[in-house]
Amino acid sequence: MALSGIQIYKLLPQTNCKECGYPTCLAFAMKLAAKQAELSACPYVSEESKKQLAESAAPPIRLVTLKGPEGEVKAGNEVCLFRHEKTFYNKPGLFIRLQASDPNLAEKVRQAAAYKVSYVGIDFTVDGFAIQADGDLGAAVKTVRSVTGRPLILMGDPASLPAGLEACSGETPMIYAADASNWEALADLAAKYKAALAVKGASLDEIADLTQKIQAKGVEDMVLDLGGKTLGDWLTLSTQVRRLALKNFRPLGYPVIALAAGGEKEPLVAAQAIAKYAGFVVLDTFSPELLYALLVLRENIYTDPQKPIQVQPGIYEINKPTAESPVLVTTNFSITYFAVANEVEGSGLPAWLVVCDAEGMSVLTAWAAGKFDAERIAKSIKGFDVASKVSQKRLVLPGHVAVLSGELEEELPDWEIKVGPREAVDLPAYMKQVLA
Amino acid sequence: MPIEIPKDKWPGSVQTVTLGATAAEGGTRTKTVTVGGQTSMPFMHFEAPAPHPPVVAIEIKSKRPEDWSPLLAETWGEAMDAPAKWAAKAQEAGADLLVLALTLNDTPESAVAATKAVLSASGLPLIVFGPGQVEKDNELLVAVAEAAKGEKIGLGICEDKNYRTIVATALANGHVVTARAPMDVNLSKQLNILITDMGLPLDRILMDPTTGALGYGMEYGYSVMERLRLAALQGDRMTQLPMIVTVGFEAWKAKEAKVGEGVPAAWGDWKRRAIHWETITAMALIESGADILVLRHPESVALIKAAIAELIPA
Repeated sequence: MALSGIQIYKLLPQTNCKECGYPTCLAFAMKLAAKQAELSACPYVSEESKKQLAESAAPPIRLVTLKGPEGEVKAGNEVCLFRHEKTFYNKPGLFIRLQASDPNLAEKVRQAAAYKVSYVGIDFTVDGFAIQADGDLGAAVKTVRSVTGRPLILMGDPASLPAGLEACSGETPMIYAADASNWEALADLAAKYKAALAVKGASLDEIADLTQKIQAKGVEDMVLDLGGKTLGDWLTLSTQVRRLALKNFRPLGYPVIALAAGGEKEPLVAAQAIAKYAGFVVLDTFSPELLYALLVLRENIYTDPQKPIQVQPGIYEINKPTAESPVLVTTNFSITYFAVANEVEGSGLPAWLVVCDAEGMSVLTAWAAGKFDAERIAKSIKGFDVASKVSQKRLVLPGHVAVLSGELEEELPDWEIKVGPREAVDLPAYMKQVLA
Repeated sequence: MPIEIPKDKWPGSVQTVTLGATAAEGGTRTKTVTVGGQTSMPFMHFEAPAPHPPVVAIEIKSKRPEDWSPLLAETWGEAMDAPAKWAAKAQEAGADLLVLALTLNDTPESAVAATKAVLSASGLPLIVFGPGQVEKDNELLVAVAEAAKGEKIGLGICEDKNYRTIVATALANGHVVTARAPMDVNLSKQLNILITDMGLPLDRILMDPTTGALGYGMEYGYSVMERLRLAALQGDRMTQLPMIVTVGFEAWKAKEAKVGEGVPAAWGDWKRRAIHWETITAMALIESGADILVLRHPESVALIKAAIAELIPA
């Protein structure tokens, strides 16, 4: 766990020599705690203190990065149990598992690698591929690499893995998975090929025992497969590991990999893994509708709760609006903005979309918080000089804030104020019927 | 060396709330549903067993809804024309309890008729939701509460604007209220204080923290629920209520579930996407503390019930 400024101060010389550039050792300690200064700025700190500070500064969950020729996936470095406490940082990588023996391997990889979906203006793709060594792994890796350079997880045993690792040498793949029977051979392979190593065991005791032995062989980047036969078992294990790691229990301070393993349960197993601390999620099914839902879930859970995703307030042109086009108003919460913009765009009808600064809140929330009222809307209309764009001054309010129409008429006397539908999905019909 | 697993020990616990009354209790329900009672975060059974797992309600309407997704119309078919048939079919689909949602076109007479039809078609406990407009809700729910006296139904939605009327009729007729506040820990607490100040005991209040669908602000509800549950376990009395979430209503409003045409190809198969939208929203909210999940599609109900069964120890 990170040390407080006072705890760090106790490890410093406490001479206030000022050579670090700060007036006192306490001021320097505070900067160190806030990660705004480097310990090396102090010429007099003892070796013992350095060691203690370095240990406390190491992240409780090791950052593991898988790398391919195109792209990388990071997991770890998390600092909390509940997202509202701070935020979750590294979105779990979504991998699709394929069989080395599959005669249609290339085609399946091509399909999944081509997948791209957009949500609130962000493009999502599959992060990488897991290849099961049930055939020639070397040939399979080459086949995958002829299609995509995204990071790999190679799943096999000490006999089948070397060919695959050789075929992607120079990358950082993950080897899956070391257990009590094969850990020495796999640790050697991980060290030789600079790969991350997944570790599995029948219990957390066994896993912790293995990670310590493997670390002693010089492998630092590990990933934990917790097993867990049911949703309940897995949730318990994953929560226990996150808690222990955050209490600086090093043998379990690694990211977790979840195998969703196909079937009817796969969507919910993967959803739980995303919400509850997985760093890597392996799916057996490539299905666009499932990936889209899981990618959106991941984006939602990993959004920083202190910084809701916002769009720039301003006037947006949709479908080439003219002086006769209507003016629609909404807030700058990005989910709201994209819901509205997508509907208007899809309708094919031109409109001006005025996005008011509502501190990144949705229409109803912003209205309840007093961040989306007649005064603010009028200020946006005037501030963005919307009147100069249109000859017919028609302004459409979201249906949820119909109550503002009277006040807004007073604020903007030369505008016609209309009340639109409550939900964005009903905008095209409204625009066709009411605004045409 | 065996690892010492850290266990949280909390001073507080979630209130238990029972819906429905059997003949012995003055009603006509064939079973009752009890939620709440947890003394740890969701499914942390290694710390403390949770007496009541989450339950699934199916939402039916008093009149055939014209704006529901065609996928829902397809699965419920003609049952949507008659609340009694719909209720029976929902029970067959595995609902633990039913939610009857009234519409703006309902009159007190039609609302009472629909409630009675549902109560006689199914022995499951019932929650009745008004159409969500304060005056209309008051008018319909008072009539429903009187007609269902003794059945211990849930009455919603009880908000800061209309709680007085709903709570008064719940008090007079022995019902439970569902208190909804807009995704805010303090607003939820405040509403619960106002309701208990009127004399309704805590074991007759469910809390609806308001939720968004996957992709439409779900994470706000998710975190508010985690914070409410943590506060409850820390001993904050006015947050110790079981939580009800209207997942079906939110998920099926989302374009991803509602429509199949004119959407990106990357969204994939419509029906499976719609079920994913409802079940993945539900799954996330189960993890954050939901006690009653109100769903719409029978396939989602089956999947979520199976998930709950896996989350509790065998």
